[in-house]
Amino acid sequence: MGILEVRNVNKRFGGLQALADVNLSVQENAVHAIIGPNGAGKSTLLNCLVGKLIPDTGTVMFDGQSVLGRKPHEINQTGISRVFQTPEIFGDLTVLENVMIPCFATRDGAFRLHAIRTVRAEQDIMERAERVLIDMSLQDRLRDHAASLSRGDKRRLEMAMCLAQEPRLLLLDEPTAGMARADTNKTIDLLKEIRDTRNITMAIIEHDMHVVFSLAERITVLAQGAPLVEDTPENIKGHPKVQEAYLGQAHG
Amino acid sequence: MAGLDARDTRFLLIVVALTLFTPILLQPFPESSSLAQFNAGYPDLMQRFAIFGIFAIGFNILFGLTGYLSFGHAAFLGVGSYATVWMFKLLSYNVLPGLILAVITSGLFALLIGYISLRRSGIYFSILTLAFAQMSFNLAYSVLTPITNGETGLQVYTDDPQYLLAEGGLTTTHIFGLAMNKSLVAPVGGWEFTFNVGYYFCAVIAIAAFYLSLRIFRSPFGMMLRAVKSNQQRMSYTGLNTRPYTLAAFVISGMYAGLAGGLMASMDPLAGAERMQWTASGEVVLMTILGGAGTLMGPVLGAGFIKYFENIFSKINDNVLHGWFAFLPDGLEDLLVTIVHPFVGKGWHLTLGLLFMLVVIFLPGGLVEVGQRLRRLFTRRGGTPDAADPRHAPKSAPHVAE
Ligand SMILES: Nc1ncnc2c1ncn2[C@@H]1O[C@H](COP(=O)(O)OP(=O)(O)OP(=O)(O)O)[C@@H](O)[C@H]1O
Ligand SMILES: [Mg+2]
Repeated sequence: MGILEVRNVNKRFGGLQALADVNLSVQENAVHAIIGPNGAGKSTLLNCLVGKLIPDTGTVMFDGQSVLGRKPHEINQTGISRVFQTPEIFGDLTVLENVMIPCFATRDGAFRLHAIRTVRAEQDIMERAERVLIDMSLQDRLRDHAASLSRGDKRRLEMAMCLAQEPRLLLLDEPTAGMARADTNKTIDLLKEIRDTRNITMAIIEHDMHVVFSLAERITVLAQGAPLVEDTPENIKGHPKVQEAYLGQAHG
Repeated sequence: MAGLDARDTRFLLIVVALTLFTPILLQPFPESSSLAQFNAGYPDLMQRFAIFGIFAIGFNILFGLTGYLSFGHAAFLGVGSYATVWMFKLLSYNVLPGLILAVITSGLFALLIGYISLRRSGIYFSILTLAFAQMSFNLAYSVLTPITNGETGLQVYTDDPQYLLAEGGLTTTHIFGLAMNKSLVAPVGGWEFTFNVGYYFCAVIAIAAFYLSLRIFRSPFGMMLRAVKSNQQRMSYTGLNTRPYTLAAFVISGMYAGLAGGLMASMDPLAGAERMQWTASGEVVLMTILGGAGTLMGPVLGAGFIKYFENIFSKINDNVLHGWFAFLPDGLEDLLVTIVHPFVGKGWHLTLGLLFMLVVIFLPGGLVEVGQRLRRLFTRRGGTPDAADPRHAPKSAPHVAE
C-alpha cells in the first residue's frame, strides 16, 4: 500500500476524456515521476489530488484516508503541498512574507486571528522562512516584491513555500520549466538532497528527461488520459510503447 | 513603544500631534482676512473629520487589505447611530453605553451580512453588500419604524424613560458629565481657536482606532489579509481557509463603521435612515481611494479632503466670489465669477469629481502618493537610494478584488 493510492479515476471535460481509469500507487519516501505528452492529463491528475477538481469516478487515498470531497486547504493540512505549472505566489508580498505565510499555516492551522502581535515578534517563523530561502538561494531577494522575480526565481520561491511546510507529499508540476540549464541542475541537486535527507514523498511531472532520470525511482507514463506503463527508469528508457508515444517525438 | 518599531512609533506620534493640534492647524487665517472662509477649525467640521476618519480607517482594513470592495458599509454606520440614540432614550445622555452597544450591534450585523456576502467575490460581493444596505435603508423607513422612527428620524423625547438620568442631570450628550458641546474659545491676536470637548473625545477615539489599525497592518493577520488580496488560490493550497480571514476583516471594519455612527449620534443625538443610503456607502469608498487604499494614512487624508470640500467649498457663493474679484474691472470680475461659479457652492461636487479623476489617473496610489514621491525625490538626492519602505508605501494595487 502506497502513501498515495489513486484507483480507477475518471475525469471528463465535456466530450474530452482527460483521465481514463487512472491507477497510481506512490510509495512512501519515493520519488515518482509522471511523464507524458502535452495534454496527457498530468496536471488534471494533480488537480484531482489537491481538491481543485473532483473526479467523476474513482478514489484517491492519501495515507489511508480519502481526499475526495475535502477542501483544498484541508487537504494541504493533511500534508500535501503542490508547486503549480504556472507559479502561484503572492505577487504583492515580499519574498520573505511569501514563505512566512506557509510557515504560519503549518504552525497555526487553517485560521488564527493574530491581530495584535507583530510579524517582527515571530522570530521562529522568520528564521525558518529565511533558512528555506537560503536553501533556494533566494536570500538576496528577501525584501523584494515576489512579482518582480524572474520566472525561474518565482518557481524556486514557490518550491520554497511548499518546502517550508515540510509536507509529507510534495507534488511538483514541471518544476524546472522556464529555468536556465544551470538553474535546472541546481534544482536537481536540491531535490536530490531533499530526497536523501528528509522523509518526503515526491510526485513530479516533468518534460525534461534529464531531470526525470536523475531523480525518479519509478516512472508512470500517461498518454491520452490513461496510464501506459509504470516501471523503473531503466526499463522505461527502452520501452517500445513509450518510445512510440512519447520519447520518439518529444524532448529528450 | 507600544509594540511598534521606531519608525511606526514616530509615525504614530506625528498622527497624534496633528490630531491634537487640529483646532490650531485648521485655523490658519485671521478672522478678519478674506480667506477666513477657508478656515476649517470649527467643532462641527473637526468632529466630522475625526468621525469619517474612523469610518475610512475601518473600511480600509477590509478594502485596502483584502481588496473586497463593500458598497454597503453605510448600513453599519446607521446601525451604530440607532443603537446609540436608543441608549440615550433608555438610559441617559452619557455616550459610553451607546458607543459600546453601537460597536456590538454593528459587529453582529456585519457578521450576518458578511457571512452571506463573502460567499462571492469581486463585483458580486459588491452588489450583495449594496443590496443589503439598500434593504436596511428601505426597512428603516417601513417595517422597522418602531425602532427607527421612520422619516422623522430617531431622537430623544422628554417622555422617554432615561432610567439613569438623575434629577437635574445633563440633557445634552456628555461623557461622565463633560458635555460634548462645551468649547473653549481662545482668541490669539487676530486668530480665534476653538477647543471643543466633542472634538477631543472623537479625536482620542480616532487615535485609538488608528493605532489598532496600525497594529493590524503589522500583524500576521494583516499579512494574511494582504495575501487574500494577492492570491486566494495560493492561500487555499497553502492550507489556509480564506473565508474566516475575510469575515474577520469584514466584521472589524463593520465595527469601525458602527463606532463612527455612534459618534455621530453622540455629537448630535439624532439618527436618520439617510445615513444608510448608498451615497453614504459610496462616499467612504471615494475617501479611501482618493487618499490611497491599503495605506495607513490614505483613508484619513481622503476623509478630510472630502469633508473639507463638502463643508467649505459648498459655502462659497457668488457674493463671496464678487468679494474676491472686486479689485478687477467690472466686466472681468463678472466673467471670472461666471467661470468659477459652477465649481463652488452647490457645484462643489463638480470640483471634487474632477479632483477624483485627476487623482485616479495621475496618482493611482492616492493622495499619499504625493508624499511618497516627494520623499523618494529627497532620499534620492540625499544619496540613499532605497529608503522608501514598502511597508509604509505599499505599491498601488488594483482596486477591485478578484
Ligand atoms: N478545467 C478544464 N476544463 C476543460 N478542459 C480541461 C480543463 N483542464 C484541462 N483540460 C483539458 O484536459 C486535457 C489534459 O490537460 P492537462 O492540463 O491535464 O494536460 P497535461 O498533461 O498537464 O499537459 P501539459 O504537459 O501541456 O501541461 C487537455 O486537453 C486540456 O485542454
Ligand atoms: Mg500540465
